[in-house]
Amino acid sequence: MSGDQRESDPRDLALRVEALEALLQEKGFLDSTQVDAIVRHYEEDVGPLNGAKVVARAWTDPAYKTRLLADGTAAIAELGFGGPQGEYMVVLENTPTVHNVIVCTLCSCYPWPVLGLPPTWYKSPAYRSRIVREPRTVLREMGLELRPEVEVRVWDSSSEVRYFVLPERPAGTERLSEEELRQLVTRDAMIGVGAVRAGEASRG
Amino acid sequence: MANATAAFALAGSAAPPRRNGELLFEAPWESRLFGLTLALYEAGFFEWEEFRKLLCEEISAWEAQSAPQESWSYYARWRVAFERLLAQKGLLTEPELEACMKSLAARPSGHDHASLHGDEEERTR
Repeated sequence: MSGDQRESDPRDLALRVEALEALLQEKGFLDSTQVDAIVRHYEEDVGPLNGAKVVARAWTDPAYKTRLLADGTAAIAELGFGGPQGEYMVVLENTPTVHNVIVCTLCSCYPWPVLGLPPTWYKSPAYRSRIVREPRTVLREMGLELRPEVEVRVWDSSSEVRYFVLPERPAGTERLSEEELRQLVTRDAMIGVGAVRAGEASRG
Repeated sequence: MANATAAFALAGSAAPPRRNGELLFEAPWESRLFGLTLALYEAGFFEWEEFRKLLCEEISAWEAQSAPQESWSYYARWRVAFERLLAQKGLLTEPELEACMKSLAARPSGHDHASLHGDEEERTR
């Protein structure tokens, strides 16, 4: 089944996937409307806004933050998020001395329920190999300059665990509401390749 | 886990689309392939870990064999892993797939995507 590892023509791939869907539907294993709904769900509903809600709650509710760091899966489920790729969530807290960043060196594991599907660069061979070997350089290239005294920890997904970074709450945001804080939290900050900035414009 | 998507569809329904300006899928076949995989997973045909292992294997095999300039396609690797899974589970065989591709390729040009099994011919006759 793996004799055709090299795809030459994208049209062949499209045709192949079309045939897969036709056959699986014909055999009664799935329904195309169900596939439509899944794709729409991941394109429109699941995304980093979920993670941003978790982060903003943790910043404003110390008891929630304690629960989140103790049992990520349960605390994230409190906000209504869960599902595939989120069965065992571990939340990593950034501090003034420790910066966490996540990767999946083997494939593309990613905490879907809080971040949606991973961006293209996250799945690229370059990011997956380089972030482990030279994290500071990669982070700098991505626009995140860390002070020399900050320890960088790179977390590689294992078969079960999905990591998720709790970024530092920026200074100067003390008066912002949970709702306003959410607007500051970016996907990149929750992967660990960015920081949350107080002045960041709303992404709305 | 069967209702995972439905369960968090509720939670996320108020959320506006957020893609950070990036396309999730670069071609329609990629999103269909993703959806097919999730649909079978949610129906309980396999454990996610079974698929993940195959995907990891395919990605490392590609990385071990490919020249650096060769173009990388994540969902092309996903496709191979998914087909291996289907074969392992006895859900689909390569000859079935080849035959279906042949009949799809033989469609007259402009033929609609929705009619894969001659239903349309029946209806329009």
